[in-house]
Amino acid sequence: MPGTKFLGYRRENGRVGVRNHVVILPLDDLSNTAAEGVAKLVEGTIALPHPYGRLQFGEDLELFFRTLIGTGSNPNVAACIVIGIEPKWTNRVVEGIAATKKPVTGFAIERYGDLKVIEMAARKAVEYVQYATELKKEECDVSELVVSIKCGESDTTSGLASNPALGNAVDRLVDMGATVLFGETSELTGGEHLVAERCATPEIREQFMRSFTSYSEFIMSQGVDLIGSQPTEGNITGGLTTIEEKALGNIQKIGKRSLIQGVLQPAEPPKGKGLWYMETSSAAAECITLFAAGGSVLHFFTTGQGNIVGHPIIPVIKISANPITVSTMSEHIDVDLSGILRREMNLEEAGTKILEEFFRTLNGRFTKAEALGHKEFVLTKLYRSA
Amino acid sequence: MEKFFVHAKADTVGVAVADIQAGEKVTGWVMEDDTIIEVQAKSNIPLGHKIALQDIAKGEMVIKYGQPIGRATETIARGEHVHVHNLKTARW
Repeated sequence: MPGTKFLGYRRENGRVGVRNHVVILPLDDLSNTAAEGVAKLVEGTIALPHPYGRLQFGEDLELFFRTLIGTGSNPNVAACIVIGIEPKWTNRVVEGIAATKKPVTGFAIERYGDLKVIEMAARKAVEYVQYATELKKEECDVSELVVSIKCGESDTTSGLASNPALGNAVDRLVDMGATVLFGETSELTGGEHLVAERCATPEIREQFMRSFTSYSEFIMSQGVDLIGSQPTEGNITGGLTTIEEKALGNIQKIGKRSLIQGVLQPAEPPKGKGLWYMETSSAAAECITLFAAGGSVLHFFTTGQGNIVGHPIIPVIKISANPITVSTMSEHIDVDLSGILRREMNLEEAGTKILEEFFRTLNGRFTKAEALGHKEFVLTKLYRSA
Repeated sequence: MEKFFVHAKADTVGVAVADIQAGEKVTGWVMEDDTIIEVQAKSNIPLGHKIALQDIAKGEMVIKYGQPIGRATETIARGEHVHVHNLKTARW
């Protein structure tokens, strides 16, 4: 059984990261080109293009800012450059990230144009890459980490094997003092009473049921049959029939004994250690993007039929117990738990296998999603822009 | 080798962990109490799909993980394949 120590990056605000990215963050859709231009010029930087950031308002705008600021503030990011079309919203993101005390600079395109901004931002990016590559890894403890869990393209093997195995690992991570985020609100339907029972206090239970009920009401208000979406066509191919069945398999991931410490808004950082629920969509890239913005530095992803998602700044460890998936999509699956279905491996052994992969990843080994360059960065949009 | 697993004793369906052929007599492992049961399959059941462990009346709740996972939309016989053709969510 692995210990609890690994070599990570302790940031200016004391938070611990497991990767060391220099991020070029576009504020809005218009600034993607300049951000990608900088990333092309300067080795060791990564641009995070996305389609939003214009004319959003209200709660949707607040979530947008929380997601961008949270992403730049993530402990896996050593330094960040923000490029926006105009200076005011750009500065709002810069100031949000600067609260972590990490190096961050903003550039606005109006009055300069793409080419001048690319040059100025690239000069700053060279400086940041030199800063980041000189940082030393130091011994850190799992109790300093925030990680997250989600399943995707699930099938019945997820509920039988990979999810309860991850649940075993989650209970052990919480015992080690780690912080673990889970979400997928609509995908708790049919098992929500079991999640509610796990809330640490009556107040948290009430908050959880409020979040769950309002999400369900939003889905029902659309007046459509969700079959094909939730469960997905991939779920159905894999043998999952109903949302209740999918949810009961899904919640195996939260383990058997850890209590839920609180309810988080999308992209909101947890306020303490242990297991936390975040209200999120069940779509893989949206959900992981929200967890990373909430401070998760590593994601555990179980799959049945073979979801291939990654994230630009946090490693995603892919776990499957479906024997067809682990053989036909081996370049995507980090942890093969198909032995559970042959009764060659029990859940405790499977949990240990997940934790061994986790420590290797913490210490710097690329996950398969990182090696294949999966960089899904997908913002959650609550409603139409003005 | 067990060709299907059952989560809980109360479950009315099991999950194939290998492809099952119609007519095949298969044994399954009940995870909750570590017992073995036997069922004769009435349909082909691909890996990951569900097999009925008892006769289920139309309109009856189907139980898996010891919890209701939806309602039978047809009468289902023991050994039959249970999926979207005879089971529907009770939620939406």
